[in-house]
Amino acid sequence: SGKMLSNISNVLRACAQKNGAAVVMSARTYADFTTQATFEIKKCDLFKLDEAPATQVVMTRDEGLQYYRTMQTMRRMELKADQLYKQKIIRGFCHLYDGQEACAVGIEAAINLTDHLITAYRAHGYTYTRGGTFNMQIVLLRGGIAKGKGGSMHMYCKNFYGGNGIVGAQVPLGAGVALACKYQENNQLCVCLYGDGAANQGQIFETYNMAALWKLPVIFICENNRYGMGTSVERAAASTDYYKRGEFIPGLRVDGMDVLCVREATRFAADHCRSGKGPILMELQTYRYHGHSMSDPGVSYRTREEIQEVRSKSDPISMLKDRMLSNNMASVEELKEIDVEVRKEIEDAAQFATTDPEPPLEELCNHIFSNNPPVEVRGTNPWSKLKSVS
Amino acid sequence: LITHRCTTTVMAAAARFFIRGVNSKLSITGVGTGVHSSFGATLLKLTPSCNSRSKTQRRHAAHFTFQPDPVPTQYGPTQKMNLFQSITSALDNTLASDPTAVIFGEDVAFGGVFRCTVGLRDKYGKDRVFNTPLCEQGIVGFGIGVAVAGATAIAEIQFADYIFPAFDQIVNEAAKYRYRSGNLFDCGNLTIRAPWGCVGHGSLYHSQSPEAFFAHCPGIKIVIPRSPVQAKGLLLSCIADKNPCIFFEPKILYRAAVEQVPVEAYTIPLSQAEVLQEGSDVTLVAWGTQIHVMKEVANMAQEKLGVSCEVIDLQTILPWDIETVCKSVVKTGRLLISHEAPVTGGFAAEISSTVQEECFLNLEAPISRVCGYDTPFPHIFEPFYIPDKWKCFDAIKKMINY
Repeated sequence: SGKMLSNISNVLRACAQKNGAAVVMSARTYADFTTQATFEIKKCDLFKLDEAPATQVVMTRDEGLQYYRTMQTMRRMELKADQLYKQKIIRGFCHLYDGQEACAVGIEAAINLTDHLITAYRAHGYTYTRGGTFNMQIVLLRGGIAKGKGGSMHMYCKNFYGGNGIVGAQVPLGAGVALACKYQENNQLCVCLYGDGAANQGQIFETYNMAALWKLPVIFICENNRYGMGTSVERAAASTDYYKRGEFIPGLRVDGMDVLCVREATRFAADHCRSGKGPILMELQTYRYHGHSMSDPGVSYRTREEIQEVRSKSDPISMLKDRMLSNNMASVEELKEIDVEVRKEIEDAAQFATTDPEPPLEELCNHIFSNNPPVEVRGTNPWSKLKSVS
Repeated sequence: LITHRCTTTVMAAAARFFIRGVNSKLSITGVGTGVHSSFGATLLKLTPSCNSRSKTQRRHAAHFTFQPDPVPTQYGPTQKMNLFQSITSALDNTLASDPTAVIFGEDVAFGGVFRCTVGLRDKYGKDRVFNTPLCEQGIVGFGIGVAVAGATAIAEIQFADYIFPAFDQIVNEAAKYRYRSGNLFDCGNLTIRAPWGCVGHGSLYHSQSPEAFFAHCPGIKIVIPRSPVQAKGLLLSCIADKNPCIFFEPKILYRAAVEQVPVEAYTIPLSQAEVLQEGSDVTLVAWGTQIHVMKEVANMAQEKLGVSCEVIDLQTILPWDIETVCKSVVKTGRLLISHEAPVTGGFAAEISSTVQEECFLNLEAPISRVCGYDTPFPHIFEPFYIPDKWKCFDAIKKMINY
């Protein structure tokens, strides 16, 4: 029966491999754990909405493990990026996402990979959830994706439109993508993210107007991590109720540190959009542990105590872990094994990225325009011409 | 100059750097966007004979060496300051002497991401130095209003790359206010400051030089200093000038450029180019960081080719000092203009066109422009993109042999 057990475990391991989440077989059998449990989550604040997302939600063991693994991978990836940046292996600017993992994971859990997503520069998490492998990511932070022309802020993959440096500029783009979805009648939607700092940009309001007027299937999501670079929301905004800023667009305020809250709210929002009711606005209340970017220590405008408090009371990964353990959905060893695996994967990725060759110099001029045959680009002086292929 | 292997920790290198003190022989690259300097961004230039230079270190050496000017004696006592400190000094003088002056922008209250406004809020109060929300168009529009109403407005745009949402306000409102109101109204009290130019790791959106976009707009003035002494004098001139001015500050020089700067207020006239070194064979025109590259190029040309170069710092881009440049070209017969912005439509094109009109028969060779490529400012390809001293030297060689 020992042999049979190991056979079963091998088969289960093989067919449970999906989205990078492997079902980890520990000494206890699969049957020992609860396969799913119901959780009570926080109510959302509503604005111009009669219905609300569910407060009693079901999470299965598989889902839980997948969320855990994904969030843990994102966390380790950001910490690794921190390390590599300090070693000057990654250059440029680097805006880390740790603390906000529940937002990316929760959103992705409620939409499909065929839906579209666009965000600002704090994009490493989304690049991963949207399908960019972290191998690719760390390479790209060194200059791999986008062939070294963009760096950390400019990462893209299928149905993920970046990675945008100029604050607020991505929001009208997101509305445009949503228009394309509506036009093509493919039942897809666009998730359009921005931060609490960007919420004060004029183009956001222009976009609200267009989206509402034309009933575009766009979910506007304001990731409110309380600080726009070094300025707290109270000092930047006349109204910090970002979910109400859409005025004529219904809004939700969601606990962004709870992956289940985010998932439920996004599900609700996605249904709203797909039923043709037009745009909807979500505010995710979340927090970032690092400073704005790698040049910002993050403690000149907030106290270490505050960061510690959020880490100990509201950390998204810890919250999920506690939920799973207290409902007998996983064991401590199992989660530890996931941690170890994730750590190794990230180490390998970093190793790969550090030794990966740099893109060739010819790439400098490619893809300025779309052109066939290749055009000539003026170089330093009129008699120096470079080839641009696209 | 220190040789170090890549195993040396960054902290040890930084410690050594600080013990030796800042001097002009060290080239520094990288300016952090945060309050605190990132030690990792500081790297030391190695001696040419050093072989243990690692690939990483070679990549991080700056493309220029800051060359300070001689200490000015005509403006009173001086103090050692770097570029951001000289800006703070200018703003301090302004707030002290002009009770209507206000400074605003993103994050200026705590001192600014480049520390240009450190201490001013504590000294002058929160109604004179205040933060704005994240809205460039709003900042400039608001600034125009403040200026029209009679107060001296000093607006900060956090990076020149972010100035584009405000482009409409600058070009359509600020530049045309006096003209369209027949001199009834004007926003001459407005000065816009923005960090400008490449910084070694800025990539697309922290490295741009947008002076050419604004040069196409009559009604505003554009000024770019090359050093702390110039920066303070020119900024004070911009603030005093009765026209809306855009003052671009080369961000790579904020810490790298250190000079003895006069403590009192002084002005350096606008629209006057400065001849930094006289020569007889080639005229080199540049502004901002590129001046330091040109000075090196001039030395290289003298040593290796025996060519005598006249180096001119344009300082004011709009309206530019046509006379000084043309007089120089009449003397030398050759002109090389260099800037980091892309070559097509860059400001060198305007200078080139005007000079060939005025000095056609004096030219010995076609006017040469050594500029950035016609691509967006790249990330890891930056060292290849920027018009470094070798490209300029090459251009001089071609001109001499024409």
